[in-house]
Amino acid sequence: MSDLTKLTLKAAVDGLKSKQFSSGELTEAFIGAIEAGNPKINAYVLTTFDKAREQAADSDKRIASGEARALEGAPLGIKDLYATKGVRTTACSKILGNFIPPYESTVTQNLWDQGAVMLGKLNMDEFAMGSSNETSYWGAVVNPWKASGSDAELTPGGSSGGSAAAVAADFCLAATASDTGGSIRQPAAFTGTVGIKPTYGRASRFGMVAFASSLDQAGPITKTVEDSAILLQSMCSHDPKDSTSLNIELPDFASFVGKSVKGLRIGIPDEYRLDGIPAEIDALWEQGIKWLQDAGAEIVKISLPHTKYALPTYYIVAPAEASSNLARYDGMRFGHRAEDVTGLTDTYELSRSEGFGKEVKRRIMIGTYVLSAGFYDAYYVKALKVRRRIAEDFTNAFNACDVILTPATPSSAFALGDTAKAADPVQMYLNDVFTVTTNLAGLPGMSVPAGLDSKGLPLGLQVIGKALDEGTVLSIASVLEQAAGFTQKPSKWW
Amino acid sequence: MAIDVATVKKVASLSRLREADERLESLAGELNGILGWIEQLNEVDVSDAQPMTSAVEVAAPLRNDVVSDGNKVADVVSNAPKTVDGFFVVPKVVE
Repeated sequence: MSDLTKLTLKAAVDGLKSKQFSSGELTEAFIGAIEAGNPKINAYVLTTFDKAREQAADSDKRIASGEARALEGAPLGIKDLYATKGVRTTACSKILGNFIPPYESTVTQNLWDQGAVMLGKLNMDEFAMGSSNETSYWGAVVNPWKASGSDAELTPGGSSGGSAAAVAADFCLAATASDTGGSIRQPAAFTGTVGIKPTYGRASRFGMVAFASSLDQAGPITKTVEDSAILLQSMCSHDPKDSTSLNIELPDFASFVGKSVKGLRIGIPDEYRLDGIPAEIDALWEQGIKWLQDAGAEIVKISLPHTKYALPTYYIVAPAEASSNLARYDGMRFGHRAEDVTGLTDTYELSRSEGFGKEVKRRIMIGTYVLSAGFYDAYYVKALKVRRRIAEDFTNAFNACDVILTPATPSSAFALGDTAKAADPVQMYLNDVFTVTTNLAGLPGMSVPAGLDSKGLPLGLQVIGKALDEGTVLSIASVLEQAAGFTQKPSKWW
Repeated sequence: MAIDVATVKKVASLSRLREADERLESLAGELNGILGWIEQLNEVDVSDAQPMTSAVEVAAPLRNDVVSDGNKVADVVSNAPKTVDGFFVVPKVVE
């Protein structure tokens, strides 16, 4: 039998249903791949093979009795941000180092209810704060891709670096991820995988470790656009346990894949042509425009005048919300508590200082500062008002177009231990320049691999849709996927 | 408005974080770098803009005020660093 780990989610689910192979066989294939390669890639921070074997056996019984559900028997990886009942969940922070949730996140519960199999928990930046996966307490993930002729280890991006690397290295059929400023789309672009962040409120945040609640949104990282549609379908649901979860019907996402885009108006925002962006990124963007034109879409110039203010706005709003969300880690009810300390304040301060990493502490302090007396209006309220302007930009632009096409990232994957980015936090933050706007506006955004750069590394294009219009995003993305014919895989060194 | 070492100390204390003295200087530099970059927001005219606090314009949902969950003492304390008889053990708060 050919290597089962190379299958797409769609092909695997179909193969299982038609009994070409069993979930037990498929699961063992992934366990073998993970055992052999994960020590080098570090995508999984915890494997749950016993549980996977149990779930696979249950799925095989259901398939035999003709009761297969949408994801029956499909082995997936779960970002360590999702609370999984009885399975260690840390958000890759020392402060949650031994946390065993007594409850299940709604997104993962939805997956188990559809018959999915859990292979383990995937690495990420600590509390999803990072763009290179280097802030993880469990160490960085290594991108399966390497530049041609170089052995240097590259970042898979972040924060969902483990999810993206696991999909690229065939350590799972597909993975859950999450996106607060680009944490699904940037890693997908860096690893030649597909990722979608749906409209804010499509998926429940219950049981997702909170970073910035008004921006956080769940989504999948997969091998194909169709796989993203399939996994997104199961992840999303209305949930009374999340007051911002939308109580509206879900469309059949997969039905939009492969649909004609003839006559659709594609907005091209001038403000995304940044100074200092590699010519290759611009060329890829032009290529994407051409592909959509060839498919019968109409190209429209649009303006999103407040684009350059999105990142500074984000770096007020997100840390402010994070400083509040992370106040719960006090060393009293769960998580790390400093030892040999007696006073209350000392215990709080030392537990938190020992438990949080450098970037997380930096963001808590920024958030505390912009919310503190005397600065609240000047920073926080100001940022909320600029956020309104950014959202209005999109509303205005969507009068003239149906969907927006942009590059996904300002570069291909960079080196782990990049000293310039380590020395200057703002340089690292600029990774999210093309993705962060949709989080602020709450819109769906998707990254599709569209080609390789001159170093032989993947580059992605981003499709941004109107609120709740993931369908059109998926149609456009699937045209790009077909046109790009991106079938390259990293050459195996792990 | 530049952040000095004293401000870093104050913000750290408000954040319930303790930073080593030798880290304060470099932290002040990092925070100033980030806040300086954020200053560009002052270029934006927001005089008539309403603050945007949520990405979805929906009213907060209501539910009946009835007990929906509970009686899970063992679950609640299962991850606590220190417990006795189903209670959290915390440092002395009042002398």
